[in-house]
This record gives sequence, C-alpha cells and structure tokens, in this order.
Amino acid sequence: MPTEMSGLATLSDQLVLAAVLLYVFAMIGYALDLGFGRVRAAVVVPARKLVAVGAGGAAESAPESPSARAEGPEPPAWAARAAVAAVALSWLGWAANLGAIVARGLAVGRWPWGNMYEFVVAICFAAVSAFLVMQIRQPVRFLGAFVSLAAALGLGFAVRYLHVQAGPVVPALKSYWIAIHVTAAILAAGLFILAGVAGILFLVRKEGPSRLPSRADLERVAHQAIVIAFPIWTFAVIAGALWADKAWGRYWGWDPKEVWSFITWIAYAAYLHAKATAGWKGKAATIVQLIAFGCLIFNLVGVNIFLSGLHSYAQVP
Amino acid sequence: MTLTEDVRADPVRPAGLGPVGWLRWAWRLLTSMRTALILLFLFALASVPGSIYPQRSISPDKVAQYFKDSPGMAAWLDRLWLFDVFTSPWFAATYLLLFLSLAGCVIPRAAAHWRELRRKPPAAPRNLSRLPQHASFAAPGRTVDDFAALLRAKRFRTVTGPGWVAAEKGYLRETGNLLFHTALLALLVAVGVGSLYGYRGNVLLVEGNGFANTVAAYDRYIPGQRVSAESLEPFSFHLDDFQATYVAAGDRRGQPLDFSARLKVADRPGAPERPYDLRVNEPLDVNGTQTYLLGHGYAPAFKVLDGKGQVAFEGAVPCLTADQMTYTSECVIKVPDAQPSQLGFLVRFLPTTVPAADGSWVSIFPGAANPTAQVFAFSGDLGLKSGQPQSVYQLDTTDLKPLVMGNKTKPLAVGDTLPLPGGAGSIQLTGVREWISLQIAYDPGRGPALVAAALAVLGLVLSLTVRRRRVWVRVGTAENGEEVEVGGLTRTDGGAVFADEFSTIVTTLRGREAAEADSREGANHAH
Repeated sequence: MPTEMSGLATLSDQLVLAAVLLYVFAMIGYALDLGFGRVRAAVVVPARKLVAVGAGGAAESAPESPSARAEGPEPPAWAARAAVAAVALSWLGWAANLGAIVARGLAVGRWPWGNMYEFVVAICFAAVSAFLVMQIRQPVRFLGAFVSLAAALGLGFAVRYLHVQAGPVVPALKSYWIAIHVTAAILAAGLFILAGVAGILFLVRKEGPSRLPSRADLERVAHQAIVIAFPIWTFAVIAGALWADKAWGRYWGWDPKEVWSFITWIAYAAYLHAKATAGWKGKAATIVQLIAFGCLIFNLVGVNIFLSGLHSYAQVP
Repeated sequence: MTLTEDVRADPVRPAGLGPVGWLRWAWRLLTSMRTALILLFLFALASVPGSIYPQRSISPDKVAQYFKDSPGMAAWLDRLWLFDVFTSPWFAATYLLLFLSLAGCVIPRAAAHWRELRRKPPAAPRNLSRLPQHASFAAPGRTVDDFAALLRAKRFRTVTGPGWVAAEKGYLRETGNLLFHTALLALLVAVGVGSLYGYRGNVLLVEGNGFANTVAAYDRYIPGQRVSAESLEPFSFHLDDFQATYVAAGDRRGQPLDFSARLKVADRPGAPERPYDLRVNEPLDVNGTQTYLLGHGYAPAFKVLDGKGQVAFEGAVPCLTADQMTYTSECVIKVPDAQPSQLGFLVRFLPTTVPAADGSWVSIFPGAANPTAQVFAFSGDLGLKSGQPQSVYQLDTTDLKPLVMGNKTKPLAVGDTLPLPGGAGSIQLTGVREWISLQIAYDPGRGPALVAAALAVLGLVLSLTVRRRRVWVRVGTAENGEEVEVGGLTRTDGGAVFADEFSTIVTTLRGREAAEADSREGANHAH
C-alpha cells in the first residue's frame, strides 16, 4: 500500500480512538446533567430524598429551600453548562467519527463499509447522528449519556475485537449496491439503536419520580425512531435482494443473514402492529421492541460470528 | 394481520351453533389482531432453524456431512424437515395462515376505505372547544364558503352546512396501508410464480469448453414444477479464458481482487457470437435467463500412458480447492482403460510451489505462478464394475496397490513426466487450465416481485408518515359580532406535529394581516 494511503488509514484509526474519548467525555457531561440537573417528574417528592438520589458531592450544591419541596431542588448552574458542553463534545466526537470514516474510505478507495470493523464504526456514527439530529428539534437530550455510552462501547468493541487493516475487498463486494444496501442498513441500524437505548431505559426506569426521563418520553422517542427506521430497513432488505439477484443468482435464498434480517423485519412489524393496531402500550410494546432489537443486533454481529453463510466475507478477525 | 384501528374483541366461542357458526367463529379468530401477531412471531420463529441447520437448497454437501457425522440425529431432523425448513409443510402452514389472515383483513378494510373515500367529512360536533385543538377569533364579514375555499387550498376535502365547514385530509394513510399489505400478498404470489415457472442449475466449465443451455448439459438442474425441458432459452457460450487477480503482497496477500471470464455467447443457435466479460456482480442476461459466475478452481491437464505405451487418458481434470488461501487443490484421475491393469491417481495441485522446511512442498499463493502437481499413483481394480455409483472426486483404494507416493519427491512441473514403477506406464503434466462454476437461473417472478416490493415500500412510507386529520370551522355562533371557532382532531399519534399544523391553519383562516395585527397587540385568542 502506498505510504500516503497507509497514512490516511492510520489517521482513520487515530480518529476512531479520538471519537471514543470524546464520546466518553460527552457521556460524563450528560451524566452530570442527568445526575444533578432537574428532576423530571410531575409528582412532588421530598427534597431530602432527591439529594440522596443525586449522590456524592451533590448534597452541598443542591440547596434546600421551601420552593424545592414543590419543584425539586434548583439545579446548580454548572449542571446546565455540563449539558451544553456534552452536546458540543458529542458534535466533536461525531466529527471525529465522520473523519475516521472518510479517511478510511479515501485510504482504500471504496465505500468504507466492506468489513465488520468499518460497518460497526459506521453504525455508531449513524446512531450518534440520529440522536444529534433529533435533539436539535426535540427535548431528547436525556438520551445523550446512553447513546454516547453505546457509541463509545461499540467503537471500543470494533477497535479491540474487529479491527482489520485498511485494504481492498473481495470481488463480490465490488458493486455500487454496497453504497445503497449497506448505507440503508447502517442508517436503519443507527435509528433502531436509538430506539433500543430508549427501550432499555424504559425498563430500567420505574414509575414515579426519577432523574431519568419519563416513561412516556422514552416510549415516544423509541416509537418515532422506529417509524423512521422501519421503511429504511425495508428498503435495505429489498436493496439487498436486488444485489443478491446480481451477485448470487437469486434475489432471496434464505442465507443466514437474509433469514435474520427477515426475522428482524417481522419483529419490528409486530411492534408497529402491536402499537398501532392492538393498542399495546408501555411495557408490553417495549418488550416487543427490545426483542426486535435483539434480533437486529444478532443479525448485525452474531450472524457473521456464529453462522456461516454468504455474508461471511465480512472479515471478522 | 388485522388492520383495524381498534382492538377487536376476542370472538366468543359459539355454543351450539351449526357448522356455519363455527366457520364464522374460526374466521374471526383467524383474522383477529392477536392471532395475526402470534402468527407473525411464529413466522419469525419458524425461520430460525433455517439459519442454524444446513439447508439442502443452499449447501447440500453440509447436509450430507451432517448425516455422516451424526446419522441418528440427522434422521430425526430430516423427519421434521429441518434440512428443508423453507419448503417444509409447517413453514408453509405458518405463512399461508398469516397471509390468509392478512387477506381476511385487507379485503373488508379496502371496501370500507372505498366507501369512506366517497363519503363527505362528518359534520361539525356541537362543542368545538372540547376538541384537542381549538381556537377562536373574530372575523366580521367572512362566510363559511371563504373558509371552505381556504381549507380546500390546503388540499382538505370539505363539506359545508349551515354555519359550519367540515374538512378532512390524510386519506393516503389508509391507502398506503392497504397498498403495503396488498403488495405483500402480491410479493408472495410473485415468489410462488417464480418457483413454479422458473428453474436454476449449476455447471462446471473448463477453459476451452462450451455450454449449451439444455437440461443434459447441467451438472445439477432444479426445475420448477411447471417448467418443461423445451422451454429453456436456447443460448450457448464458450469459455475462452478465465482470469483471477489477487493481492500480491502485504498482509492481505492472496485475497482475490477480481474474477473475469471471457465468454463467446450465441443468443440462439446459429446467431453470431458476441464476446462477453462475465464477472461477479455482472451476470450474463439472455432474454431473462441469467448466468452467474459463482466460483473457480484449477484443472491441470494430464496425459497418461499405460504399460503398453498407449495413451489411456488425456485431458484436463477439475480439482476441488482444498485451501482457499493458497488454492492447494485435490484431484482424482481414474484410468479404467489402462492395460494391463487399471490406474488411479490422486493429485495434489500446488499453484505457486515452494519447498517447505521439512522437505515437503507447499503452495503459498492462489495464483498459478509456479504450478506443480504431486502424484500418488495406484494400480489394480478401480471398483467401477460393481455398479455402485462413484464420485469423480474420490478414489476407492481398497483394491488398489500404491505405486508412487509423491509427497516427498519433487512435484511435476508443466511438461514433466513421471514414469511409473514396474513398467506400469507414465503420467505427464501437460498444462494448467482453470474451471469456473456457473449458476444459470430463470425466474419469471423477478420483475413482479420487484414491483411488489417497491409498492410495499411506497405504501409503508405513506401509512407511517401521512396523518389523518379533521378540521371544523363554525361561523357566527357568538351574538356580539361574528366569532369564528376552529377545532382540530387527529386520530393518529404525534399530537405535537398536528398542533403546529393546526396553528398554521388557524393563521391562514384568520388571514395573515389579522394574525399579525393581533400578535402586535399581544392579544392572541388562540389557545
């Protein structure tokens, strides 16, 4: 490989590490905001108890005043600043993540999602993008800590266990369909991850007051993300079938990856039906959503590791 | 997959009803949402074993291996169709029930939607201020028709009555919903048509050989039930040359970069030949019949002289690739015509040969940079007369006597001859050719399946993004001047989005100037 290209590949690797660090810092910022910021609950609770939830050094900085009994303690000013800093750090991490993908693409002269490592890096980018775009227009900053954590863990996992040197791909992957099929899969996966994070939080959070966002908010965010992601996922599966028709001689052949993307599709369809038609709400709908999310994660990662099939060129080291 | 918006009550089991009652009960049970959800989950669950156990339609060799490794288990799995999950009766039962449930919902619901499309929006409710969205303002001198026109300009369907306008839009939501579910049914039909009227087959072709699309020319041929042998597209082609390129250096050394097969294609008998460069992702299309490049390997050519000095065998022998990284290949030559006794050879083909430290010879690269062949020769009875079918890739050595074991001697380079001991003859490596494996497929359901899938996506997007909403306007209900009341309602989620739209509608209805003047005064009546 020419030196300038391996230079770009190295730059890409360094940018991924930078993105991991920035996401971790952003997560800390979001966590400070969550931990010491305003309590989200309509229910009035004694301020004393809240300080205990706030934990650690929060006790002094949360002044107890008579008004706090009604609205919870006034959050310290730095908590709000931490939230702003966290969003800024997320954008920086996002930029580093984007830079890593672009540098990798330039280094190899192709679409940079030809193996598991590149794919996972791109999915983390998509998940963070979905969150950052959503928080511009809607009050979903509360998800930041968990999305940043998921992205940092995903990137860390990719670097530690999936990393392969930048290089060319096998002939089967040389097609313009990689730009269409894999991009759609990455976009949908990013949104599904956002929904999955909200779903897990929903189950973790009990009813009643908490520093975590309200259950209704979490459910709404998850539903919105899935409503956008589901048609994209459908398109990704169909684009995959079109590509398979060009590459493998059939548009659908029940390859393990095809089976699991089909199962994922059915599971999310079941979620949408349960929600829209059968009127399921709350825990039941969230559990359906998380089953679908489990299928998605198994499809993206597990199939390549545990089952052998035509998608196994994804080069898991 | 019921589409009703409300939860349908579980059908009550009829007591003492006749067969018609039972049928009606069964039908309502089948088309209930809960059953549809269960069937959806079953459908997903039923596909799982298809990804766990090897499937005959995808990898028959792995199924055979399973039978060899654990015959008892395999027999039981086979009884449960677990090697043919996607053609099994229980899988078919799941999706047929699901699609029946779907049809049982789409058809009545399409009829209902048709009636709804032709019906006028419902009249204004008595108390507009009780609706989730509500606003009121003074608009002297403006009539019901003015407001109706403004709403129509926003693509609302309107109807007017004494002192009120009712408007509705977003019918495309239900249209999209029905389109999506109908397209799924169409997709199932297209897949079915494709498997009935289509066929596919596999061919192995050595450089310099040709193929004509007839049933006899296939190594493996899988026709649909309605395909006759005469209906095959009568094209033929000749494989001139196959080229594979690999990464030559670095840690990805040996990874394939490009495969290309140079064909000469005749679209029908007697037609002029045209050249075609067959590659992965670029199949050859002859009137809808597609030819795909699936794999490749080596076919070294040998010439075998028997003990009497006669040419007993001459030609290229396709080898199985034993190792993908180095393309070390294994082949078998059977020479039943050799005299005085039959000859059999196991050959280990090394595309890029180097000596290893332990005195053996290995291949280090998939390209044929230094091709050689290690020969293991046998003489005796090949066992062909027993009538038992034999694989061309296996040599039964029970009745054979080993003559030469070539693993320690220098392997044959192209042109080299190995004399066999005891005057049994000789074998010469005369050249190296390559073979390609092809899949040829005809599927008349491809086009319709694509159209159905595209319509499904379109319908899905419509049904998930369009919102059904109603707006009512009531004019002149207040005695002191002409007070206008506006109410809005959406039946789907996303009240926040509709609230924005509603306030835009109210602004339009008031007229921009009035709204601006109002906001300057800071006296906005809209709640």
